[in-house]
Amino acid sequence: MNIKPAFGNTVVGVGVAAILAACATGPSPAELDREAIAVIRAAFRDQGIAKIDRIQQDLGQAACSSGTPPSEALAEQVMAQAKATVKWPTGGQYFGDWREGERIAQSGRGMTWTDSSTATSANGGSCYNCHQLSKAEVSFGTIGPSLYNYGKNRGVADILAPTAQGIVEYTWMKLYNGKSYNACSNMPRFGHAGLLDEKQMAHLMALLLDPKSPVNQ
Amino acid sequence: MKAALLWPTVGAALLTSPVLPGVGQAQAQAQAQAQAQAQAQPRAQAPAKTTADGIAEYRKMLEDGNPADLFEAKGEGLWKQKRGPRNASLENCNLGKGPGVVKGAFVELPRWFEDTQRVQDLESRLLTCMETLQGFNAPEIAKTEFGRGEQVNVTALATYIAAESRGLRFNLPQAHPAERKSYEIGKRVFFFRGGPMDFSCAACHSEAGKRIRLQDLPELTKNPGDGVGFAAWPAYRVSNGQMWSMQLRLNDCFRQQRFPFPGFGSDVTIALGSYMGVNAKGAQSIAPAIKR
Amino acid sequence: MGDPMRIRAQVSANTTTVRVLMSHEMETGQRRDPAGKVIPAWFIQEVSAAHNGKPVLTASWGPSVAKNPFMRFNLKGAKAGDKVSVTWTDNKGDKRTDEAVVA
Repeated sequence: MNIKPAFGNTVVGVGVAAILAACATGPSPAELDREAIAVIRAAFRDQGIAKIDRIQQDLGQAACSSGTPPSEALAEQVMAQAKATVKWPTGGQYFGDWREGERIAQSGRGMTWTDSSTATSANGGSCYNCHQLSKAEVSFGTIGPSLYNYGKNRGVADILAPTAQGIVEYTWMKLYNGKSYNACSNMPRFGHAGLLDEKQMAHLMALLLDPKSPVNQ
Repeated sequence: MKAALLWPTVGAALLTSPVLPGVGQAQAQAQAQAQAQAQAQPRAQAPAKTTADGIAEYRKMLEDGNPADLFEAKGEGLWKQKRGPRNASLENCNLGKGPGVVKGAFVELPRWFEDTQRVQDLESRLLTCMETLQGFNAPEIAKTEFGRGEQVNVTALATYIAAESRGLRFNLPQAHPAERKSYEIGKRVFFFRGGPMDFSCAACHSEAGKRIRLQDLPELTKNPGDGVGFAAWPAYRVSNGQMWSMQLRLNDCFRQQRFPFPGFGSDVTIALGSYMGVNAKGAQSIAPAIKR
Repeated sequence: MGDPMRIRAQVSANTTTVRVLMSHEMETGQRRDPAGKVIPAWFIQEVSAAHNGKPVLTASWGPSVAKNPFMRFNLKGAKAGDKVSVTWTDNKGDKRTDEAVVA
């Protein structure tokens, strides 16, 4: 799996570092940025399915590679680019089975160099790594916000109702390419990066929004 | 002396048994919590224990009898043993505080070394000494898989060296420009986002109070406290019964970040050590530690 | 023969606390390798301890004891300088004895 760089092949990690006023001697921040990229390129090698092209950064990755957030203009550009990548599900099938969704949310498998295939069928969503979802699962992470009662809190009583369409599309976009709404979001781009296919994402949609899902009990 | 008296401690040993792969740990934690609660609540009014408390108590129970001790003993033997094509020991190895000075060396690494003209961490420095003093082939060892061949010995040596600084506080030198540069490169590597999931070290380790599943994540952009993060490795991992050095810890981090494979002792790993180690200035090392 | 044990024996008041860390794979015989083959069982079956040569403890272990097992027991009537020895025997017939001095 590789994410093609937006502009040519030499996307440099542009870290907008604070001006190091005290550092009269020594390399400039820009020089250090370049050297860091060189050090990174020299250090990694292919292993299994994890190829060296994975450290080629695209616009968004490069923009979000420092402790300082990107400028508003750059962030807007990243978000617009992300929105443009979103593909809606075939035949408008936003929803699958929440039981499958729970299984996908529980699985952290896939895409590492010890995994044997890059096929989406080999991947989980790793959702519980970062989020709370159902009440019953106490082993949840806190890197992302709690998604418990996700649909309920947003007043989704009928997932097929026209009134729910806004939330449905927003949620789909978050799953497909979370950078659409937050340029430096920690959300993996499940659709755009080919981590999950649309059926798997539809199962997750059901987990999040179906009133019968354990998430909304 | 009856065998029955072994029950409390064998019970502790049983709790760490990987009887059912994947399930064992969840069961162990549930059992530990139940057992800890049974032991620690003599009166009805004892306050309810949270899941986190239970896990902390289970981990405390594991600290007595850390199997890292076995690796430390092995490493000490290897340090003193004549080995390699040159049939020499490592007792003249300079880990930064002078030839043969082991005490206090761990908490000042990575640092600049005049003889190699590089900033080096503990493991790359051990490779240097194994090559120059004992005649081993350092690049060959670097290419060897963790847990195989000489890598097993490097891990044991690293465990021993770390143990000789247990309780001391991190104090990496930053006097040399290369040391300062290593810190700056490390910072950039830390925030570098890549791979199909757009992860960086920062994605998990740049905020306080976060956890992945139930595993607390130390904030590594600053000093996360005594015995945490950089101050807690090398460590024995109970869940897989393996001794993990910092190089292996970083390697597995990159694996989980869905990155390609970082070279053993590569500048990326050393720079990250500089970044974390300098940020941890003043933190007390508890290495070699014990982990889930 | 296996790798050496780490034994520490510390006397305090009239009790000696003996801590033993054993180096052993303790394979249950229930796991499978990546190819699907069962990894054969290999675990300590008997542990015994002696104080100045006199047996003080025997234990029968099974596959549920963890890898690199740790054992702690209390001993009465020992004083600094006494010898404590621990022996383990595994299901393959391998045996190991290590000794420590009470501190």
